[in-house]
Amino acid sequence: MIQQTSILAIVVFGIFVAITLGLSFYLGSKTRSAHSYFAAGGQIHWFVNGVAFAGDYLSAASFLGICGMIAFYGYDGFLYSIGYLAGWVVALFVVAEPLRRLGKYTFADALDAKFHSRGIKLAAAISTLVVSIFYLIPQMVGAGALIQPLLQLPHWVGVVLVGAVVTTIVMTAGMASTTYVQFLKGGLLVLFSFILTVLILQRGFVVDDRPEAMQSQTVAKTTKGETLINGLPKGSKEGQGKLRPVGHISELPNGAKETGPLGPIEFFQVFRNSTVVLWKNSTTTTEDGSKVTTYAPSATPGSAILRPGQSPMFQGIRGNSLAPKIDFLSLMLALFCGTASLPHILIRYYTVKDEAAARKSTVVGIATIGFFYVLTLYIGLGAMTSGALDLTDTNMAAPLLARSVGELLFAMISAIAFTTVLGTVSGLIVAASGAVVHDLLTSFMQIKLNDHEKVRLGKFTAVAVGVIAMVLGILFQKMNVSFLVGWAFSVAASANLPSLVMRLFWKGTTRQGITAAVFVGMISSLAWILVSGESFSKIYGLKPEDAWVPFSQPGIVTIPLGFIVLIAVSLATRGRMESDKVD
Amino acid sequence: MVDLSGHSAEDRQFEPEHISQRNARYGVILFTVYLILYAIFVLLNTFWPEVMDAVPFAGLNLSILYGFGLIAMALVLALVYSWLCRGVNRTAEASGMLSSKATGKDGSV
Repeated sequence: MIQQTSILAIVVFGIFVAITLGLSFYLGSKTRSAHSYFAAGGQIHWFVNGVAFAGDYLSAASFLGICGMIAFYGYDGFLYSIGYLAGWVVALFVVAEPLRRLGKYTFADALDAKFHSRGIKLAAAISTLVVSIFYLIPQMVGAGALIQPLLQLPHWVGVVLVGAVVTTIVMTAGMASTTYVQFLKGGLLVLFSFILTVLILQRGFVVDDRPEAMQSQTVAKTTKGETLINGLPKGSKEGQGKLRPVGHISELPNGAKETGPLGPIEFFQVFRNSTVVLWKNSTTTTEDGSKVTTYAPSATPGSAILRPGQSPMFQGIRGNSLAPKIDFLSLMLALFCGTASLPHILIRYYTVKDEAAARKSTVVGIATIGFFYVLTLYIGLGAMTSGALDLTDTNMAAPLLARSVGELLFAMISAIAFTTVLGTVSGLIVAASGAVVHDLLTSFMQIKLNDHEKVRLGKFTAVAVGVIAMVLGILFQKMNVSFLVGWAFSVAASANLPSLVMRLFWKGTTRQGITAAVFVGMISSLAWILVSGESFSKIYGLKPEDAWVPFSQPGIVTIPLGFIVLIAVSLATRGRMESDKVD
Repeated sequence: MVDLSGHSAEDRQFEPEHISQRNARYGVILFTVYLILYAIFVLLNTFWPEVMDAVPFAGLNLSILYGFGLIAMALVLALVYSWLCRGVNRTAEASGMLSSKATGKDGSV
């Protein structure tokens, strides 16, 4: 069964890769100038660009991470959906049109327009590279993590496969091929998420009252390196043990056994009044040194699942301590401010021809992305009650839900999850490559390059970034790195947003102010993250209580800090060079 | 430095200054509206999460209604903004202030 599925998933993925590569080579034959390589010649239709925004933005963290978090903890995962979408309001109302007007290749163009400052270019290029690398690592690790259960191949094969395909896509036609790959991916992701949601609603809820559905499960790792599942050696043969898939409803309203098809509102009404079995895990060390993780079922009212503060991440908002509440506020602020500061999103504005197209494509992006985020709640709760969850892998919730519906859908969703990585990584590589060639080499180091050389160097940088991404994807294999996306949002918002906003709205802004704000925002948010409780526990393996800062999310401190630094430095330097001011 | 060399002027022809300033004003107003709605949502979740358990109507709790409401509101405000800016541009175009190249091929702006 698994083998058949794998072949189907490989075939679907292979078809998609063949189409994208074919398209890339076709577009590559037309790509000559730097403008066409880095910004698709500014000729992308606004509708295509709008859907490509979705393909660019909805990374593996959105699709697999959010659906998985909702499937295991409920509403708290949906808070990410809300925050990620809200950021687009900043992009549309504040950033989109001026950015398109002021820039050409990179977001540094918009910051630097009228100043011609090497300092701004350097600061913006470094911040682009830092944010892009933070964003790249979880995508590449995600590619490797996906390929193991789906295609039964080792982690590094997934990383190298994605890296090679993406690098080829970017090398051939740069932003043009990247745009169409993201358009296809964005469209397919939303379409199949919608199909999955319709099938969840069609299926409705079914009570699972088998006694074994409520039995605890254990995973023991012995000192000899053996893994015992429920007391048996790990494996699927007779006499071996494997974890039972979980997630079910134990009680429906009015004692019903199944609901039949449900409407989209009825789905939540029924869920709220049902009892759902969630799974809690705890790890203990036995006398012989074995580490035993016990997964225990916990019947939970649906109404408790559909409210905030039920997950380990956000449970602090229901406590009395202030620090976890500030941490939550800080995260929601970073999500709100981060979207319009992400370099790979911002450069998409240069692929359309004018402000009107930038505006319209953002509206299409908001519609597409918003629709997808609405679906995440149905998919997550559907997975929670599907009886298909893997207790050890929250990220596989959506693909496993698809498997519980049908094998073909599983193959499609798996292949789309894989191509989700392709779309986002290609955007990140273009952003990083533009920052190196355009901002660092041409503007900061003032190396004179003709159009042809810029394209060649752009392709060379794309390969280099692709290789770096592959190496990091393999090095970070063992780490749960999904939190890096959250970091990328915090660093992007702290480093880039104050300058973007003040550059547009305050005439007193000077180039020294912008340069200082980008550096201070980036360094302070990075430093905060590195001495935070999250880093202490997830990276250094230390106690989170020993962290140097009271909460992990830096945004609520470092975003205002970026604004303050910009204003202070601008005021201090405004007399020095009148021509530095924004006119 | 913005590279102006070696390219046609087509991507340099944008809306006149007063139109973009007017769009920016609309943008700031709509942004403020959304910011207030988002801030109330986040503050409720942070300091009074029990409020989100209320079931105002249709058997749906406030967390679901407000969450979906925020997503829907983003699209509604985006469409309002789009509509406001389109009206402005058409006026500009009619009075000859907007160059033909800044007008979309599909006739919309």
